[in-house]
Amino acid sequence: MSKTHVTTTINGEPTEYLCEASQSMLDVLRDELDLTGTKEGCGSGDCGACSIIVDDRLVCACLMLGAEAEGRRVLTIEGMSHGDKLHPLQQKFIEMAALQCGVCTPGMLIAAKALLDRNPNPSETEVRFGLAGNLCRCTGYDKIVRAVLDVAAEQRETTR
Amino acid sequence: MSEQRRYKWVGTRQNRPDGADKVTGRARFGADFNLPGELVGKVLRSPHAHAVIKSIDVSKAAALPGVKAVVTGADFPEQPDQLLPAGEMQVNLRDVTRNVMAKEKALYEGHAIAAVAATTAAVAQEALSLIKVDYEVLPHVIDVQEAMKDGAPILHPHMRTDGVKPAPEKASNIAKRLEFNKGDAAAGFGKADIVIEREFTTQPVHQGYIEPHAALASAAEDGQVQLWTTTQGHFQVRGFCCRLLNLETSQLRVTPSEIGGGFGGKTVVYLEPVAIRLSQKAGKPVKMVMSREEVFRASGPTSGGWVKVKMGAKKDGTIVAADITVALQAGAFAGSPVGPSCMCSMACYDVENIHVVGYDVVSNRPKVAAYRAPGAPISAWAVESVVDMVAQELNIDPIDLRLKNAAKQGTKTHYGPTFGVIGMVETLEAAKASPHYKSKVKPGYARGVAAGFWFNVGADSSAAAHVGEDGSVTIISGNPDIGGSRASLALMAAEELGIDYKKVRPIVADTASIGFNFVTGGSRVTFATGLAVVNATRDMIGQLKQRAAKLWEVDVDAVVWEDGEARPSSTNVGKFEPLSLAKLAASASRTGGPINGHAQLNAQGAGPGFGVHIVDLKVDPDTGICTIDRYTAVQDVGTAIHPSYVEGQLQGGAAQGIGWALNEEYIYDAKGRLLNPGFLDYRMPVASDLPMIETVLVEVPNPAHPYGVRGVGEVPIIPPMAAIGSAIARATGVRMVDLPISPPRLSAALDAATPRMAAE
Ligand code: FES
Ligand code: FES
Repeated sequence: MSKTHVTTTINGEPTEYLCEASQSMLDVLRDELDLTGTKEGCGSGDCGACSIIVDDRLVCACLMLGAEAEGRRVLTIEGMSHGDKLHPLQQKFIEMAALQCGVCTPGMLIAAKALLDRNPNPSETEVRFGLAGNLCRCTGYDKIVRAVLDVAAEQRETTR
Repeated sequence: MSEQRRYKWVGTRQNRPDGADKVTGRARFGADFNLPGELVGKVLRSPHAHAVIKSIDVSKAAALPGVKAVVTGADFPEQPDQLLPAGEMQVNLRDVTRNVMAKEKALYEGHAIAAVAATTAAVAQEALSLIKVDYEVLPHVIDVQEAMKDGAPILHPHMRTDGVKPAPEKASNIAKRLEFNKGDAAAGFGKADIVIEREFTTQPVHQGYIEPHAALASAAEDGQVQLWTTTQGHFQVRGFCCRLLNLETSQLRVTPSEIGGGFGGKTVVYLEPVAIRLSQKAGKPVKMVMSREEVFRASGPTSGGWVKVKMGAKKDGTIVAADITVALQAGAFAGSPVGPSCMCSMACYDVENIHVVGYDVVSNRPKVAAYRAPGAPISAWAVESVVDMVAQELNIDPIDLRLKNAAKQGTKTHYGPTFGVIGMVETLEAAKASPHYKSKVKPGYARGVAAGFWFNVGADSSAAAHVGEDGSVTIISGNPDIGGSRASLALMAAEELGIDYKKVRPIVADTASIGFNFVTGGSRVTFATGLAVVNATRDMIGQLKQRAAKLWEVDVDAVVWEDGEARPSSTNVGKFEPLSLAKLAASASRTGGPINGHAQLNAQGAGPGFGVHIVDLKVDPDTGICTIDRYTAVQDVGTAIHPSYVEGQLQGGAAQGIGWALNEEYIYDAKGRLLNPGFLDYRMPVASDLPMIETVLVEVPNPAHPYGVRGVGEVPIIPPMAAIGSAIARATGVRMVDLPISPPRLSAALDAATPRMAAE
């Protein structure tokens, strides 16, 4: 089987790779590009552990083909911090203990970022629905929701 | 907190040491390890619930280009009929090897039959399709009550019910009967004004960790093996793999990955022995990762059960007698958590007459694994529902009724021990005083309350403490960190040493780098491994004092350790400048070499934990959907070392209990095949299903631990089911007895209770 050549941008870096026609974006990230921060919890679009942002849209990497990244901008958890500075969501997740085992955390952070990019002033209900595609079995979501609401409030404070 | 703090570090909310790794994707979980030249391993699983394996032909698969090894049950040596501890449960080696790879029979759909290692996943997958298995399909049994009946299909012809006298001659699916007795239950019912009797059921539920099982094995030609795996206990994995594969313990080095949830389900082995065997045969590293479907079909879940409760009480609310029968599914091999289920059933209450009988029952389902307080939620669902019915019948507040009967120090339990210092009364009082319980129930909503108990576990732990050349400290332990235990261990070490928490780096070492540690489970790590860390730190402080004594040329008794430095114990000793950790570290070579501390112990005196949950919900009578409006978990946590992670345990456990109560279940078709092996149809709670989960941490310190630690992780999954069931009963007048109380089941029950008008 001949492979597909893909030219794309991942975490701001121009990137090229070869992938099988049937290979998922999740497998490309993890197996071809060694970006293992994006997790596989189900492979069927039901857990959100593989969340990435493609051209400003939240996507399950397990439901996207590697070939579909051609010409797009992809953001994974590895691209969320800036240099040695954590993204405010990352910082807040640590401070507010919004993770226990941490395996849902990369997907949860990406989904939370996508939510706040779209809606900088979400209500608790909007946060809950915005993260409803991301399963966490450890935390009961309480501290995650609080962390996201807190970051949103702080960002409104600083942009005022 | 307004209350004055007893400690500088313990009880504070510090950032966890592994935080940055986990929010950036750096942390490596089970599936994130790779080795050059690794092969992909995949498992062929039984499509039948019960079948004799007449023959397996692997020749075509082995001949496929790219296939480097194939294994079947024949590659795993026979094991003795011998019990070993696995988490809070016990397993039989003879069964463990058969669960890892079937021998004479396939005992459930998903049972591993053969495995291959190949150069790519696609080749491995194709190879599986080339393996020819000749099955003779047998009648199967899924339900626990069916499996107990005479004439049910028998899974193990050699199985005779243990604990029955005289020993039965006929084979049975009942592996064991156990019985606990206190007082005289039959006589006790004679003193009761009211007697309530009901039967309850629960369905198996999966632990639902988001990270699937994964293992990477590398076996060398000289017999040495390395294994990277996601587990709650890498020492257990080492123990099992060595027994199953005839390796010496020192030949196998197991490195635990970060673990993406376990809840008890990662205390046993599935892929690990297979990956090692494949690697041995292929001469190359082999990586295996389960799909979510395999996780559902072949790992965990916890038991489904059937529980009968008869309870008698006086008019004033005193419970005078309880008679309980618990039958739990073990899955395909003996060993359900029926023991803990029986033990925990009535442990919240000081009742004179208690009789509990338990049955461990096999059926054609995956072998159960521990799940948070294994067994306890099942008996508590029944017992706590009946306690609520007593409260309703006698018109007594459900917390007051529990206070009247609460276990306290000196209460003799029906399973043996007499309670020491416990916090059941304090927990009930805190629940009663909570803002939630004091608030009025909103119109259209109803409130439910239930309690839970778990005895908690101690067991074996080792720890070490090292002082670096600059005076910073490394704490080494051997328990995978599932929910922030590294932070708790570092907090206790910082407290002991009197130094900044940030100067203490806790790490989780592999099996070759620290002494034995029992699994992360039973809520034992902060207690038992915490004790080992405290002792290792104290051992190191002893060393530090000796070094200071040497430098000052005084007796070691003349040196004290305070606020991170050695000081003379009094002015009589002489005038010496205090010696900090950094100074003592700098002079270590001159005073006797590196400064380390060690500890190993078998921790006794795990403090039992009690919890009380309160829920407000409303029921949509048309759809049967329950909406939870408010939820509070109250628990005696001993001492909250890191309050945020203690709260997290309460919140996470409550959420799992809510899923157990309202949605989660294994659904089988007539052929014994699981119909819902995915997160879409096995529905765990998502963020939009839940409200905030309020917590109240009650602190009744455990006298057996220097900081008063009690395990906290298990209790919070016990009360939710009965709390929710009781709220529903109070909302609708219908007492649900079967879990889950899913919308179709609840709306059917409501319809049955109130026939619709013909016009509707
Ligand atoms: S792995 Fe993609 S949604 Fe679960
Ligand atoms: S922290 Fe474990 S799944 Fe979310």
